[in-house]
Parts: sequence; C-alpha cells; structure tokens
Amino acid sequence: MAAEQAKVDPMHQFTIEPMFGTDHWSIAGYNIAFTNSALWMAITVVALLVFVAGGNKRQLVPGRWQMAVESLTGFIDNLLAANVGPAGKKYVPYIFSLFSFILFANLLGLMPLALIPGLHPFTPTSHFTATGVLAILSFSIVLIVGFWRHGFHFFSLFVPHGTPIWLLWLIPFIELISFLVRPFSLALRLFVAMMAGHVLLEVLSSFVIDSSNSGLLWGTVVGIPSFILMVAISALELLVAGIQAYVFALLTSLYLNDAENLH
Amino acid sequence: MPQISQLAATYSSQIFWMLLFFGFIFFVIGRGMVPKVMATVEVRDKQIASDLAAAEAARAAANAEEEAWRAQANAQRAEAQAVIAKAKQDAAKASEASLAEANARIDTRLDEAETRIGGARAQALKEIEALAAEAAGDIVSRLAGVKVDAKAAAAAAKEALNA
Repeated sequence: MAAEQAKVDPMHQFTIEPMFGTDHWSIAGYNIAFTNSALWMAITVVALLVFVAGGNKRQLVPGRWQMAVESLTGFIDNLLAANVGPAGKKYVPYIFSLFSFILFANLLGLMPLALIPGLHPFTPTSHFTATGVLAILSFSIVLIVGFWRHGFHFFSLFVPHGTPIWLLWLIPFIELISFLVRPFSLALRLFVAMMAGHVLLEVLSSFVIDSSNSGLLWGTVVGIPSFILMVAISALELLVAGIQAYVFALLTSLYLNDAENLH
Repeated sequence: MPQISQLAATYSSQIFWMLLFFGFIFFVIGRGMVPKVMATVEVRDKQIASDLAAAEAARAAANAEEEAWRAQANAQRAEAQAVIAKAKQDAAKASEASLAEANARIDTRLDEAETRIGGARAQALKEIEALAAEAAGDIVSRLAGVKVDAKAAAAAAKEALNA
C-alpha cells in the first residue's frame, strides 16, 4: 500500500536536482549547481530569445511573427501607459522581461514534454526561491525609484488622501504593513498558483493511472472522468499561466506608479 | 514539499541562476531588442501618419487646383463674353457709321442733283423767257410793225410766263 502510494508523488515534480555533475559548483561557499530549475530557466531564455529575435526583423509591413512580438511589446507599453502614464515608458524593458519570462516559464512547464522518455519538464516559477527573486527585484526598484524621486516624502505613501486626523495613528501602520507585504504576496501568489495547478494535474493523473490499474470498471468510472477533467484543467492552467504573468506585471506597474506619481 | 525541504540546499543556486538568466533577459532582450521592436512600431505609426497627412495635403491641393481652374474658366468665359459683346458693339457701331456715311453721301448727291435740276430748270426757264421775249418781239413787229424794245419784251414775256 505504501509503496503503491509512493508511485505517483504529486510533489516529486518540484524536486530540484543538480544536473551534468555540477552539484559541487559554488561561489564563496554558496552552492550554485546547475539544476533542472536552472536548465528550464535557460530553455525559457532561449525560447524567449528566439521569439523576440524572430520578430525583430524591423520590416515596415510586419509579418505574422513580427506582428506577434510587436503586439506583446505594445501590450506592455499600453499596460504601463495606462497604469503609470508617460513616466512608465522607461520601465517597458523591465516589465516586458518580467511578463514574458514568467509567461514563457509557466507555459513551458505546462507543455506535455514528459511524454518524451527521459524528459522531465520543470516550472521554475513554482519555486518561491525563484519567484521571490523577481518579487524582491520589483520591490527594490519601487523603493529605489520612490526614494530617488521623492526622498523622505515617499513616506507620505503611508498616509492616503482624506485620512481623518484622528486615525493618523492607525492608518500609516496598516499602510506600512500592506506595503511591506507586497514582495511576499507577489512571490507567493505566482508560486502557489503554479504549484497548485501542477499538483492538481498530477493528482488527477494518478487517479487515471491507479483506477486503470485496478480494472476496467474503475478505469471507466473514475479514470475517464478524471482524464476529461485533466483536459479541462490543462486549458484552465494555460489561462492561469497567462493571468499570473499578467498579474505580476500589472501589480509591479501599479507599485511603480506609487513610486513615480506619489499621490 | 521540495520547495521547503530543499530550501537550504538549493536557495543559493536558485537565486544565482535566476538572477543570471533574468539579467540576461533584461539586458539582452528587454533593453537590447524590445526598444528596436518598439522603434519599428513607432516608425511605422509615424510613416502612416505622414502618409495620411500627405494624402490629405494632396487632396487639399487638388481641391485648390480645381477651384483655381474653375475660377480661371469662369474668368475666361467672362472674357470671351466681353469680347463677343465688344465685337457686336463694334460691328453695330461700324455698320451704323457706314450707314450714316452712305446716307450722307446719298443726301449730298440728292442735293447736288436737286440743285442741278433747279439750275437746269432755271436755265430752261430763262431760255424759254428769252425765246418767248424774242418770239413776242418778232410777233409784235410782224403784226404791228412796231419795233419793241427787247427789254420791255423780256419783261412782258416774263410777266406773262409767271402769271
């Protein structure tokens, strides 16, 4: 019983393993082994590089590929123009990198590449060590821009407009906490959404496998509905992959708006 | 949950590779390629806007040209009308003048003729008078044997003729 349960471990897909015998690599005592997570980050980079380079033909009349890349950059440009205004133009490279990296990493992790023997897809964004880096980067940029542009006046962010005088002892405190929670909410939201989807798919697939193994009856009653549900949830996960990338980029641009245009 | 159970062993590698790859994306793709893509879009938008403006200008120019052409055509038509009217007027004046000249010529010839006729008649009358006076003198001298003064005969003939 115990051995059978261990056959499909829904959490095993998140295991990080050093690859190519690099587990002893380290800088100043910190291990920097090239793991499967790093490998999929690299694959994401290559995919994104190919995608953007393919659309960087700079033709006056764009082809389909160029059109796709231009609509992605235009989407980020609009996002920043709508949320930050004209000052948001200079953040396009950062938000574009953020959005497209998360999107590509999410989507690549969802690809049914495990069907090819020996290939184990991995989603770097399902680890808060990875999403945390992005969240802290965004948060740091907000802090740096905020203090650079407004100095200590940036602290007035914690006193929203129209705060009653008699609440001045409480509101800044709440605002400070909500501000400090931002990097954690950014990192955890993405990591949890990615992990939950993958766990759900893995659990459903274990239903399909186990029920098929226990006979035709259970395979029909449990396995087929589970499989149909998996198909539906895979579609949902594709949506979630896009939405989470969008939410990360959107929230970062909203925070940048706080820093750029202090109320 | 490997995210937590492997945290201590993998966090440094995760952070290192994440920074490395995300940095690569930011500097190479985000700062290197995305501005070029956006510049292309901007160039295209500008081109479209300028093309539209050029088309608009060309349309305005065509309208102005048509307007100018119409004004010119109107002016030319008016000029032609004026020329025609002037020609008509000139022709009328010329025919009037030649008519008047012809009239005058006819009148003078009529006058001449009349005076000539008057002269001829006076001449004839005078000749008749002279003849009558001679004849009267002759008749008197033959009938009465009286020699009549020529002058008196002429006066008498004249009187008799004019009575």
